[in-house]
Amino acid sequence: MGNAVHAEDGLRPYRIVGDAIPAPLTGEAGDPERGRAIVANRRVGMCLRCHSGPFPQERFQGTLAPPLTGAGSRWTEKQLRLRIVDAAQLNRDTIMPPYYRTDGLERVAKGFAGKPILSAEQIEDVVAFLATLKDQ
Amino acid sequence: MSGLRRGSVCLGLCLVAALTANAQTDAPSRRSGYHDMGKPLQAMQDDDMANPGMLWVGEGANLWNQRFAAADKSCADCHGAVQSMSGVAARYPAFTAGSDQPVTLEQRINLCRTQNQRADRLADGSRELMALTAVVAHQSRNQPIAPPDDPRLRPFIAAGEALYRLRQGQLNLSCAQCHDDNAGRKLAGVTIPQAHPTGYPIYRLEWQSLGSLKRRLRNCLVGMRAEPYAPDAPEYVQLELFLMDRARGLKLETPGVRP
Ligand code: HEC
Ligand code: HEC
Repeated sequence: MGNAVHAEDGLRPYRIVGDAIPAPLTGEAGDPERGRAIVANRRVGMCLRCHSGPFPQERFQGTLAPPLTGAGSRWTEKQLRLRIVDAAQLNRDTIMPPYYRTDGLERVAKGFAGKPILSAEQIEDVVAFLATLKDQ
Repeated sequence: MSGLRRGSVCLGLCLVAALTANAQTDAPSRRSGYHDMGKPLQAMQDDDMANPGMLWVGEGANLWNQRFAAADKSCADCHGAVQSMSGVAARYPAFTAGSDQPVTLEQRINLCRTQNQRADRLADGSRELMALTAVVAHQSRNQPIAPPDDPRLRPFIAAGEALYRLRQGQLNLSCAQCHDDNAGRKLAGVTIPQAHPTGYPIYRLEWQSLGSLKRRLRNCLVGMRAEPYAPDAPEYVQLELFLMDRARGLKLETPGVRP
């Protein structure tokens, strides 16, 4: 892993240091309010298909993955960023989808081919939101 | 020293014993998606008066006896009563006369339509094809899935297994990751079943209709944001063969009800 620059066609390059991406993909911090909406949205973030989190109004939440509650206490923003961008870089076999990667994927549906699941801006919004999820 | 060695031999044997016990209890732990549904849906499936799939079974029984223009022959003219189809659905997909590839039950029905009845092929997923498939498969209800021991099927089953384990789509998931590794857990509000093709064709509440295994597989592919296979693609047959082999011994439920 170490210290590598990752660059893909059409995506912003980023540098991985250890188990983290230190710098925002967009060069600036995201907006936690927008991030919250992305995480809760079943078509955009899809996070609650697998995770649960502090969303009392969302009735159907997943149990395939660790709860998001407390994610901001367990991880720094830099670590969260790599986990959203491409969790497979930390665990090859993970089922957590690669939210900011387009290469190495098979048979992607036409409407989604060549596009990351979330844009760089959306990733930063999600990271900013997750950072607010501290253990009570 | 020797005591220690004896101890470790015992440990080895006990481990082997434990593993075999596990292998033996593994098979019965396979379960139909029926057991992952709530009681009301199970009751709906169990009661023929409440199970909407029985409407298609009834329509299929009428079609079974209907004669068609060119050959002026009904299914019954060749096969007799529909009860003669008992056990057939439990052993499909299979090789059959007139095809050098394994075919699904629906494809076999269409072969009879075109070759023996000289009628038009029924469209994929059409009401008539679903009705005929439902009435034929219903004759095997409560019978164990029993794929034929045909060596020609093996490469197709293996191809199906490879597809089952392939990570695909924008979400980069495989069937196995959900249906083997995470079966029983919740994807949003839904319990992930083990994906045994026990109930097909099924009446799915979300479709408000009876539909095929192929349609169900398309739904999963769309959910993974993978490109669905073309309607007549051999991949669906391969997946069905693998799933039937994997579900060997589980009982057919046609027509199943699913959420
Ligand atoms: C298809 C399932 C799935 C989806 C969808 C998903 N995740 Fe995950 N996620 C996982 C799993 C499983 C893990 C556990 C880590 C591993 O497998 O490596 C995980 C790990 C994480 C972690 C680290 C958790 C911890 O405390 O260790 C975070 C943070 C996270 N996900 C956030 C998200 C966010 C935000 C989204 C949506 C934008 C999302 N996930 C969508 C399955 C998923
Ligand atoms: C992200 C998780 C996920 C993936 C990946 C997935 N499925 Fe599914 N599958 C489900 C869920 C959830 C259901 C039940 C849906 C429902 O009942 O509404 C289901 C239902 C099924 C069923 C119906 C079982 C029954 O009882 O009738 C079959 C068969 C099936 N899947 C096969 C597959 C195959 C083959 C693949 C790969 C091509 C696949 N699935 C990929 C989640 C998944």
